[in-house]
Amino acid sequence: MKQFKSMAYPYIVWISLLIVVPMLLILVYAFTTTGNSVTTIKFSLANFAKFFSDVIFLDVLRRSLLIAVATTVVCIILGYPAAYIIANAEGRKKFMLILLVTIPTWINMLVRTYAWMGILQDDGIINTVLSFLGIGPFKMLHTSFAVILGMVYNFIPFMILQIYTSLTKMDKSLLEAASDLGANRVQAFLRVTLPLSLPGVISGITLVFLPAVSSFFIPKLLGGGQYVLIGNVIENQFLTSGNWNFGSAISLIMAVIIMISMYITKKIDKGESMEGGVKK
Amino acid sequence: MKKRSKIFSKLFMLCIMVFFYMPIVYTVVFSFNSKKSLTHWSGFSLRWYDKMFSNATMMDALGTTVTVAVLATIISTIVGTITAIGLSKSNKVLKALVERINDFPIMNPEIVTAISLLMFFSALGVQKGYITMLIAHIMFCIPYVMLSVAPKLRSLDPNLADAALDLGATPYQALIKVIIPQIMPGVVSGALVAFTMSFDDFIISYFVTGNGVSNISILVYTMSKRINPSINALSTIIILVITVVLVLINIVPVLRKWGGVKEQ
Repeated sequence: MKQFKSMAYPYIVWISLLIVVPMLLILVYAFTTTGNSVTTIKFSLANFAKFFSDVIFLDVLRRSLLIAVATTVVCIILGYPAAYIIANAEGRKKFMLILLVTIPTWINMLVRTYAWMGILQDDGIINTVLSFLGIGPFKMLHTSFAVILGMVYNFIPFMILQIYTSLTKMDKSLLEAASDLGANRVQAFLRVTLPLSLPGVISGITLVFLPAVSSFFIPKLLGGGQYVLIGNVIENQFLTSGNWNFGSAISLIMAVIIMISMYITKKIDKGESMEGGVKK
Repeated sequence: MKKRSKIFSKLFMLCIMVFFYMPIVYTVVFSFNSKKSLTHWSGFSLRWYDKMFSNATMMDALGTTVTVAVLATIISTIVGTITAIGLSKSNKVLKALVERINDFPIMNPEIVTAISLLMFFSALGVQKGYITMLIAHIMFCIPYVMLSVAPKLRSLDPNLADAALDLGATPYQALIKVIIPQIMPGVVSGALVAFTMSFDDFIISYFVTGNGVSNISILVYTMSKRINPSINALSTIIILVITVVLVLINIVPVLRKWGGVKEQ
């Protein structure tokens, strides 16, 4: 059996080259200013100073975080009931619903986001319906509303699928036990179902928040050219202004913020389940 | 009370599905619009399909998308499967190390992976284009293949391969005739994930390409500034292909199972 061990070696070389070295490059660029060639590397924190001393960049960062949080909250509010309904549906219906939730995620995100550009236009289908009903028309395209809508649209299936998985893993006899012990449906849900499905919500948050913070084509398409989030700044640094050092520093800041948020989310999750344990 | 909540949940799911499918239906419908508008329907026509097929840039992008996806799927499935088998026989430290590193492209925001590759290819002085895009796709597909193969390997009886070797099979034969068939479902679903990941990729492709090489996502992104219903025609074809593939993959095994149950 030992013969097979060597089969992993080529891949180790491959990931060292294509994952480890590129990641190290981000570090190198972020902490240097003129490090475009290896011989002139000079350690510096100037890129970070530039970011944190500029109100414009801080504003962009704040807006990106706000949009991502709003997206995540909406995804939980809409995604939880959807997942709950699907988890409680019967056999074939459940299967069909899960398939219907999954199919859009496999279709190109750009294509689906592009479609919203037409739908949300001032004379688009939504405003036509609204005017017919005597409300509106509203300006929707190129607003924060459009950006959040686009993000919710793209990322909510991940939330639904995660919560659904944790709900179906749940031991149904716990609910029977709760009702035997005198809990009504609302109590049983709040005390049993909800805490047990929290891990699903947490991994759903990861899958929504992470791409929402770093997204740059949704704000570009639905927010318009003036709408800048942190992902757009990174894109500009690399593809327009060519300042890789600064771009790397921003990416690093973003990655660290994401890691911290994930850490806090996981801590809160653990804290709550501990508390639940104490109550018992 | 119960009836009312049932109606509510039906209505709620209906709204969610309308939300999910409205843009998709919208794209398909307006790809057949006879005028250039993306908001007003003025009659059925195939002119945008005609325009699409005679548009060299679009056909190039379609070709790039399909060939990159097929090549990346084949290569990443083979490499990912071989590596996963190798790792399952390796020591824990090495296994954990590779899994950690594999997590980088999965857990990091895609744009971070994208810029890291962009800088890597530039540092090497490689000309950016088709090859860099293909390498990048293989890179981010392999971890997903390994993720779907690994559980199958864990549940594989290690004595099976040993038995094959004792019975005189060469290690290669043991691999091909014993191990691979056992983990095939994992390999197939890994390949499927790899294909769709590559087929739909935008962010990484956008950063590592160059010299005018585009895939469909990049094309939609760069063309989205102006109204161009040919994008809808192209999108409709993509939607059709992916939906048919998905429905076949998901429904056929289930129908077979349901059919089997009925027969009994």
